[in-house]
Amino acid sequence: MEETPSKVTLDRDFTELYKAHLRDVYSYSYYRIGNHHDAEDITEQTFLQAYRHFERAQRESNGRPLRPWLIRIAHNLAANYHRDRSRRPQTHLEDAGVLSAPHATADLAEGREELKHVLEGVANLPDDRRDALVMRFALDMSNKEIARALGRSEGATKVLIHRAIKQLEQALVLERGDE
Amino acid sequence: MSEVERLLRTALAPVEPASEFRDRLEARLEEVEQRLTELTDAAADELAEWEVSSMSDPRNWGRPVAAAAALGVAGASLVALRARQQHRRRDAGAVDALERSARDVADQVRKRFR
Repeated sequence: MEETPSKVTLDRDFTELYKAHLRDVYSYSYYRIGNHHDAEDITEQTFLQAYRHFERAQRESNGRPLRPWLIRIAHNLAANYHRDRSRRPQTHLEDAGVLSAPHATADLAEGREELKHVLEGVANLPDDRRDALVMRFALDMSNKEIARALGRSEGATKVLIHRAIKQLEQALVLERGDE
Repeated sequence: MSEVERLLRTALAPVEPASEFRDRLEARLEEVEQRLTELTDAAADELAEWEVSSMSDPRNWGRPVAAAAALGVAGASLVALRARQQHRRRDAGAVDALERSARDVADQVRKRFR
């Protein structure tokens, strides 16, 4: 029979998990919600909920990384948030990480506009496709991790991401044609 | 990497939480951890005191014996039930089922004695 870890060990492990994935949980929450205030709230709730169920999650993970479990908690909280407010996420370009990315001055205005279209395109995708893209590109999660976070098979996740990229590509082409 | 993927990687850059929020969250988590530690310690002390005082009086022996017997029966039933359930599922082996059952029983025992 497995020995139950002491509270000191659990707290230490949880602190490591928190430090390793605070940015992931925050980034995911931010791109799902669209504003910093509510993203902070979702992030806090995610870690408090994770702390409550950490012992069990650790026991049942069989040594697998806990990031998908953590993101799944944030995912469910974000879904509740949208259900409660019944509104689509609004991502503000000025607040997003794009400003921290290095750009040549001459390309900045054009680049910003293009990135704004990409963010709008992502926000207009069906929920599951949008979530998968955020996990892949903002959090750099593998198909396997995304599959665990979304409760799908790895194959289905691969197809989901492929279709999301294709849909976004088509939307951007259409938009360019309109301009 | 396609053009759209390159754009996605730039547009969806990771977002760092504000340092004020980070400090606030860490303080909150510490507070929760501390409160839980205090509760756990208090419960353990209470249990230890209760065990010592109650075991010296033979009139109190019946309750733990009955509880242990009930847990034994419940545990055995649970093991049998889980083994049957697992047997139906082809993908899981009997060893896994017994391990899981043993863990469930251990959890039940722990809950009873908390």
